[in-house]
Amino acid sequence: MAVDMRLPTLRKTVALQDAAFDRKDLVVPGDVITSDTGFMRGHGTYVDDEKLTASVAGEVQRVDKLICVRPLKTRFNGEVGDVVVGRITEVQQKRWKVETNSRLDSVLLLSSVNLPGGELRRRSAEDELTMREYLQEGDLISAEVQSVFSDGALSLHTRSLKYGKLGQGVLVQLSPSLIKRQKTHFHNLPCGASIILGNNGFVWLYPTPGQQEEEAGGFYTSLEPVSLSDREVISRLRNCLLALAAHKVHLYDTSVLYCYESSLQHQVKDILKPEVMEEIVMLTQQKILEQEG
Amino acid sequence: MAGLELLSDQGYRLDGRKASELRKVQARMGVFAQADGSAYLEQGNTKALAVVYGPHEIRGSRSRALHDRAVINCQYSMATFSTAERKRRPHGDRKSTEMSLHLKQTFEAAVMTQLFPRSQIDIYVKILQSDGGNYSVCVNAATLAVIDAGIPMRDYVCACTVGFVDETPLADLCYAEESGRVSSLALALLPRGGQIALLQMDARLHQDHLETLIEAAMTACKGVSKVLDEVVRQHLQEASVLTGE
Repeated sequence: MAVDMRLPTLRKTVALQDAAFDRKDLVVPGDVITSDTGFMRGHGTYVDDEKLTASVAGEVQRVDKLICVRPLKTRFNGEVGDVVVGRITEVQQKRWKVETNSRLDSVLLLSSVNLPGGELRRRSAEDELTMREYLQEGDLISAEVQSVFSDGALSLHTRSLKYGKLGQGVLVQLSPSLIKRQKTHFHNLPCGASIILGNNGFVWLYPTPGQQEEEAGGFYTSLEPVSLSDREVISRLRNCLLALAAHKVHLYDTSVLYCYESSLQHQVKDILKPEVMEEIVMLTQQKILEQEG
Repeated sequence: MAGLELLSDQGYRLDGRKASELRKVQARMGVFAQADGSAYLEQGNTKALAVVYGPHEIRGSRSRALHDRAVINCQYSMATFSTAERKRRPHGDRKSTEMSLHLKQTFEAAVMTQLFPRSQIDIYVKILQSDGGNYSVCVNAATLAVIDAGIPMRDYVCACTVGFVDETPLADLCYAEESGRVSSLALALLPRGGQIALLQMDARLHQDHLETLIEAAMTACKGVSKVLDEVVRQHLQEASVLTGE
């Protein structure tokens, strides 16, 4: 078997533009942002001695009188309406606990899921007992943020046929800041696979489903074998996502698709090689620029 | 003292440093993709790796959760190959438990835990090569990891060990100096406000000298903080250029 080996190489430093060096809006913890008391304290700041001070390393954002510091990398801060992909960690009474890469586990209430049998079904005590049949520990779901509790925990709902349990596919965990906010986060890509770009940085790749079974209410998961060609497409997409994430490119349907197209001349496994990765990402960025401009 | 002379008449130490000179500090942030934050730090020949996970839901027994702030969980360990003598180091021996506890106290003073009620922040530190000042190197590495994870802190926490030899405070002791008969002191400082996060001394020292020693330690910590500051800013600039914003 041929083995691909490489020696350690020096990490390339990114070509820093002169403009970037003079950026004044980058702060580190303890930096005084302003000593003017007329401003309001936002996330990532605290008041010390009547001076507004940064508590995280990142860039300063000002909206009127509100000053926030947004860290470059952080956990998911959910907002109402965000699409998330999560994993069930616990089944409790009337609720599931879901790991969504946020600061506390999210909650999926039994009353905010569509059970099989239609929307108007009453939830009885039996449903509570059979909760584990619908979703059990380790299952992946897609859901929407319904509300945010005072302590920052999220309450989810799956009251739409779009959401529910995820069947066969691949999960890619990335940084939440890479996902671009869009009207829709569900895409059927023309290359033959579908993608859910969760706002929490969890991306789900799955074969494009054929006919949807409406009665199952999102709990139906097909266990049909997935064809080799579909699996190849999904693997390629996964590697493309990792390549884009390594170069910090915003993820949305177009960027993923362009990256997929640029990667077609390489084998799936080669995409993760640093030099190939760089080439593909460059091509993708070029395509995006052409399309925008 | 018989044997080694820690401070020569010319004012140089065993490794050729001046009394108040620090060892060379090199660091890198964001070394792991999987963790929320990570950092690698070398201070002379002492090398440490720090990883931060969190804030996340409390794992294990839920009774540990605090309703008004986050729990900080620290784990200190040393690699088997970290010292001259190869030695298996099981988890939870007395030395490392004590060190974990000190790290925990240090970071509870600096991290704004009240922002994350009922959650947990894990800080794991591993010494890859040990050449004195393990505690301070761990604190410095962990600080970078916490900043990398985007967890709010009041300020950097910088730590340094200082020894007292021939009426002179020696900054940032190496192993050879530490193992000699030196009364040493470890200090963790929030440099901007000058608050002390942790101060530890096991040896005997005359009361009159304590103030000089603390003063020297604070100066040394401020020196470390300058280096860390540079590392963080460099990292910030590189990362923000990548995002193209």
